[in-house]
Amino acid sequence: MSPLSSTPPTLAIVGASYAGVQLAASARDAGFDGRILMFGDEPHLPYQRPPLSKGLLTGKTTVAALALKSADFYREARIEHVPDMRVSHIDPAAHRLTLADGSTLAWDWLALATGARCRALPMPGAGLQGVHALRSLDDALALDEAAHKGKRVCVIGGGFIGLEVAAALAGRGLEVTVVELGSRLLSRAVTPEISRFVASLHAAHCVRVLCNSAVQAIHGHAGKVSAVELESGECLGCDLVVAGIGVVPNDELARAAGIVCANGIVTDALGRTSAPGVLAIGDCAATPNPHAAEPDTPLRLESIQVANDLARAAASLIAGQPQACIAVPWFWSDQYDAKLQMAGLMSPTDDVVVRGDPASGRFSVFCLRDGCIAAVQTVSRPADHMLGRKLVAARTAIAADTLADPDFDPRTLIPR
Amino acid sequence: MPTIHFVLKDGNTRSVDAPIGQSVMEAAILNNVRGIDAECGGCASCATCHVYVDPAYFERLPEPDDMERELLEGVAAERRPTSRLSCQIALVAELDGLVIHVPATQA
Repeated sequence: MSPLSSTPPTLAIVGASYAGVQLAASARDAGFDGRILMFGDEPHLPYQRPPLSKGLLTGKTTVAALALKSADFYREARIEHVPDMRVSHIDPAAHRLTLADGSTLAWDWLALATGARCRALPMPGAGLQGVHALRSLDDALALDEAAHKGKRVCVIGGGFIGLEVAAALAGRGLEVTVVELGSRLLSRAVTPEISRFVASLHAAHCVRVLCNSAVQAIHGHAGKVSAVELESGECLGCDLVVAGIGVVPNDELARAAGIVCANGIVTDALGRTSAPGVLAIGDCAATPNPHAAEPDTPLRLESIQVANDLARAAASLIAGQPQACIAVPWFWSDQYDAKLQMAGLMSPTDDVVVRGDPASGRFSVFCLRDGCIAAVQTVSRPADHMLGRKLVAARTAIAADTLADPDFDPRTLIPR
Repeated sequence: MPTIHFVLKDGNTRSVDAPIGQSVMEAAILNNVRGIDAECGGCASCATCHVYVDPAYFERLPEPDDMERELLEGVAAERRPTSRLSCQIALVAELDGLVIHVPATQA
């Protein structure tokens, strides 16, 4: 506990999504008996975000089913969730923070779980009516409503959000074009083998995918979007634009307080920032990851798993029994009926072994680094994904030609 | 509304009424039943909503699909013949009284 701690100590959490909720819950579970306040800038109880670009848009999920925890959970765990309240300033030296309403709070531990926000489209026309981004529940509801009236949609950005939206809206009968700046889809996160499959999957659902394409401008009539103009000169007529061009971390509070940031608030594997008593977790945090190709470089991973696992590590620190986060990163994406699951972090220089036939819609890509399994990326093969998490955790050594043999059972590699 | 009886890790039972159509996982989360993490939110991606279905009810459930069967290979607690992912069990009237045992761990 910090030397300034009063009795009982106060844990203040800025941000009320996965990381903030997990930290609060895990700190309580680990025996932290002080006050826990969690400030959110939205009116809702903390909610699940993955369905916003999947089930909510396809109608499979309802808003009521999105609650991350029940209201009773916060009551029972004595977690004070303060909705609609921004934190406007933090003072690490004085162990105080200032709220948007001008009031101040003394804390013993401060956790920044401020997340990230959608990168804004830089081109002319980005402010037209009909141009959407997707991050929050309110964003998703607005997009859902717009899609009811829309006929043609242009998705800018071939990342996970853009492609999940494309799949959901194509399934609703909209005519969808995806415009991607890079040479392939999902290039940051998956191997070229998976990118090719995803491109063919979208093509099979009549989604037009344009790679190596930059948007020049968004045009409109009477304030409403009417077309997206590419640098090639092609004009894509549309009544709806969805931008999925990545996010920027909400690190302003940390920066203003002089805390070290580098594409996110830099932390160690316990969530500690450069300011004593101040932690950062979730999408806003940049943390060295032992499973990355460059394990010493702070890395900002936008995933629920990282949010949860770093929050658990931070909670262990607060409870006085620090256990660093060494978990294997994993994430997933559902598009149409295909389930993409990624375990570990691939690097462009990895050797790649494909098991199964991509044409069958079920296959796995193993990424080998220094002769060891560093990542496993699967399409509709969840058993390989679950196995992959174990093999990556154990840094399992295997020869590429052995792994490539269809008669070889990778389950025999599980360490006993 | 069907009633679900969750037998928790500490041996206590928590009974909740849940509407038809809701999944057992959703009923657990919305009623603050501890021990069912459901990290992926119920889309069969993570296997952290693993439960043991009481044998008396197990046979009444539709068979798990291939995705669920594969994910069950990766559950953190012991896998048993009655293991299921609770996000894949949708409540129907015949499941009234369903008894669900929460496993020792999900991670």
